[in-house]
Amino acid sequence: MAKHLTLQEAVAELIHDGDTVAMEGFTHLIPYAAAHEIIRQRITDLTLVRMTPDVIYDQLIGAGLVRKLIFSWGGNPGVGSLHRFRDAVENGWPRPLELDEHSHAGMANRYVAGASRLPFAVLRGYRGSDLPRRTDTVSTVACPFTGEELAAVAALHPDVTVIHAQQADTKGNVQLWGLTGVQKEAVLAADRSLVTVEEIVDDLELRPGGVIIPTWVIDAVAVVPGGAHPSYAAGYSVRDNDFYRSWDSISRDREAFTAWLEENVLSGRAVSR
Amino acid sequence: MTDSVEFSRDELMEVNAARALAGARSCFVGIGLPSTAANLARATVNPELVLIYESGTIGSKPNRLPLSIGDGELAETADAVVSVPEVFNYWLQGGRIDVGFLGAAQVDRYANINTTVVDRGPGRSEARLPGAGGAPEIAANCGEVLMVLRHSTRNFVKKIDFVTTLGHGSGPGDRAELGLPGAGPVAVITDLGILRPDDSTAELFLTEVHPGVTVEQVRAATGWELKVADEVVTTEPPTSQELTALRALKAAGRSTAV
Repeated sequence: MAKHLTLQEAVAELIHDGDTVAMEGFTHLIPYAAAHEIIRQRITDLTLVRMTPDVIYDQLIGAGLVRKLIFSWGGNPGVGSLHRFRDAVENGWPRPLELDEHSHAGMANRYVAGASRLPFAVLRGYRGSDLPRRTDTVSTVACPFTGEELAAVAALHPDVTVIHAQQADTKGNVQLWGLTGVQKEAVLAADRSLVTVEEIVDDLELRPGGVIIPTWVIDAVAVVPGGAHPSYAAGYSVRDNDFYRSWDSISRDREAFTAWLEENVLSGRAVSR
Repeated sequence: MTDSVEFSRDELMEVNAARALAGARSCFVGIGLPSTAANLARATVNPELVLIYESGTIGSKPNRLPLSIGDGELAETADAVVSVPEVFNYWLQGGRIDVGFLGAAQVDRYANINTTVVDRGPGRSEARLPGAGGAPEIAANCGEVLMVLRHSTRNFVKKIDFVTTLGHGSGPGDRAELGLPGAGPVAVITDLGILRPDDSTAELFLTEVHPGVTVEQVRAATGWELKVADEVVTTEPPTSQELTALRALKAAGRSTAV
């Protein structure tokens, strides 16, 4: 059963130095507030997993807390580069960043294998691509029925998965709706899970396309209204595209980034609006 | 030209990319130029076109251009919203999508795509690009692939530094040998013209130029010795209807920053 904790308590209890952490949400419902709490608690040497590292991981990487990144597309959607990610990869600032790089289809299937407690997943993927040369988590396997050679991708098993959702009930059952991405798979692939939510309701009202994650596969629920900002929570907020655009100049310069982090995250005030 | 409407190089590229979607049933859309073109196609040549975004939306009908592939309007206007594993496994790998629409940082003469790293020469680290995203499997599994990117010797290079996504490999037969079900890139639409793979060699050659563009200009903007069709056709200038629709989409995208 999920415990109802404050964000500070939940992060301190569930996420530790050296952990492999997946913070999912495909553009929608990205758990920014939890990432900022990780930064405030200086939890470090993390291996971060996310299909699209997005600005959330650019911030964690720039803060110097990340040892390795497992991902499939590392840009600022519709804007351009993730400059902290690039600076870490190209120049080792503030520390070198090891990469395990995939395609989206490969990453999605790695989560599926993890949730299914299988060692790997198969897909028709990576054919003719140089990607497999740079990772040891893609290989091939022959179909036992037809002999067709298929791509095999190693399962992902994060120590912790963190997601943001619209609602939890008092028992800690969670519902998310709108773009639900790969969150269910990411939670079920992990050993531990933390869900931040917009609000607690007495009873979850089933939504069209809603995904329910039952309380007994979640470790902690924390109420953080606006906890996805500058991403969004359908029904509660809209994507702050202006922030994503402004991130380009904030993050381009090491000093500007450091000042932003100090003022908006480390100063201790809640970053959610 | 029949009218005196002014248009930009980018608009020529976007309008021609949209036209290339006439007749398609479904299109897997990347963000940026592909998304512009696909939404323009819905507003002009193909109102019934089913747009599929990798965030899991099937049949999105946005009235403005989304900034990201996960903007709320894509889900709100969709026929169905599915999980990311489902969109890649059941819909893309399942062979349900006619056209994949891709951009690229670097492309070579066989329409192979690099979006991963660029070599900056000795003593310098590789320049890091965003990476693969959905492209390798989009190019493998869609019925065919359209590419759209601006034309320059930086983008159209003799040798790409990393094959993120296979186009036609090193020539005819490579896709079949690898068991790739789709036809691969069938057109590369740029701000100067259109390149298509030769039937017998799979090498891209220039088949069309946009109004006001010369073959020499295209050659100069291409990093290899570009082959040219015996008769290079000039594309039809954008109609006022196309330009009005394109500008309305872009204006709506800008005015709705929230």
